[in-house]
Amino acid sequence: MTRATFLLRATLAAAAASGTGAVAPFVARALAEQRGNDADILNFLLTLEYLESGFYDHALTLELGPEARALAEELAKHEEQHVEALEAAVRRLGGRVARKPAFLFPDRTETQFVKLAVALEDTGVSAYNGAIPQLTSREIRAATTTIVQIEARHAAAVRMRRGGQPAPDAFDGALDASQVAATIRPLIRR
Amino acid sequence: MPVSSRKSFLKTAAATGLVVAGCGDDDKPAPPGATAREAADAEIVNFALTLEFLELELYRKAAASGHFKGSELKLIETFAEHEQQHVDALTAAVGKLGGRPVRRPVGRFPLGSRIQILKTAQRLENLGAAAYLGQARRIRDKDVLAAAVAIHSVEARHAATLNTMLDKDVTPTGAFAEPATMAQVLEVVGLFTR
Repeated sequence: MTRATFLLRATLAAAAASGTGAVAPFVARALAEQRGNDADILNFLLTLEYLESGFYDHALTLELGPEARALAEELAKHEEQHVEALEAAVRRLGGRVARKPAFLFPDRTETQFVKLAVALEDTGVSAYNGAIPQLTSREIRAATTTIVQIEARHAAAVRMRRGGQPAPDAFDGALDASQVAATIRPLIRR
Repeated sequence: MPVSSRKSFLKTAAATGLVVAGCGDDDKPAPPGATAREAADAEIVNFALTLEFLELELYRKAAASGHFKGSELKLIETFAEHEQQHVDALTAAVGKLGGRPVRRPVGRFPLGSRIQILKTAQRLENLGAAAYLGQARRIRDKDVLAAAVAIHSVEARHAATLNTMLDKDVTPTGAFAEPATMAQVLEVVGLFTR
């Protein structure tokens, strides 16, 4: 797809998630296909990191066995660092940081937690893989690839916790923003 | 070549997406500078291909070694299959860039025990993930980059798995992965090739 289309969907997804309603300026910029709209792409990824961070924080309120708890604790720490890094990157670009949505996570047991963790981490990896080739800055590309590698390691870890295949496919294909939005929309509190 | 207007990378179709994207472009003259850019990307792809050849050979030999059985053997065979697909995709990518694929290296691996093999695989997979990460900023072609990231994250999954099998942390460098340079990677590759 064109970069303009990707950006448009990304900004719509991020705006919808944060419920800002202030979509118009993002849309206009995306449609203008200006160079340096990396901030919008980063805000899309940041929205995902907010989601994952919130998800693991919520998981720690559940009754988890020691191994699942240790995993949730470590992953929570990582996602928090990813949030900080992406927020800082957006600010450095002179962009406005996306607002953190309010989430509603349905998992109540360890089994449900692990199952949802697999879905979210797999989605995260593919979202990054769709976004990275759309970035214009090489520095930002390097930084986001540094993060996606960790998300992929997370994905393998939670899949192993579930007792399944850590790497289900030979390629982690890209997802575009509207596909990601479809996965995360049910988790956003309205 | 307006690669950005190509159909988007389909899940699990990254390999064929590369080849399909190239079809129909043969009539258009290459824009100035394209050849140099393609050659630079081809060098990067060949570098990745060298690693994938090695990993593939290691997993095939591991599967045949008799040291693995049951679900572990299945895992080794699955990872071998992944590396084969990576080899196929990267070979096609080099061709599409107008380059020649690097010759398959001859591997030299310790195969005496399950632990020896796992340690070698763990080393190569973590190195491979760092290698792809190190090259990500250098790739020029958007389709090549899309393929590279699609493979990079799978190498990371492999690395995390091998780390777990050896009771090591899935994320040895914490919240952020670290890149390796081509020189650093090739030095280690040299240890495992004849």
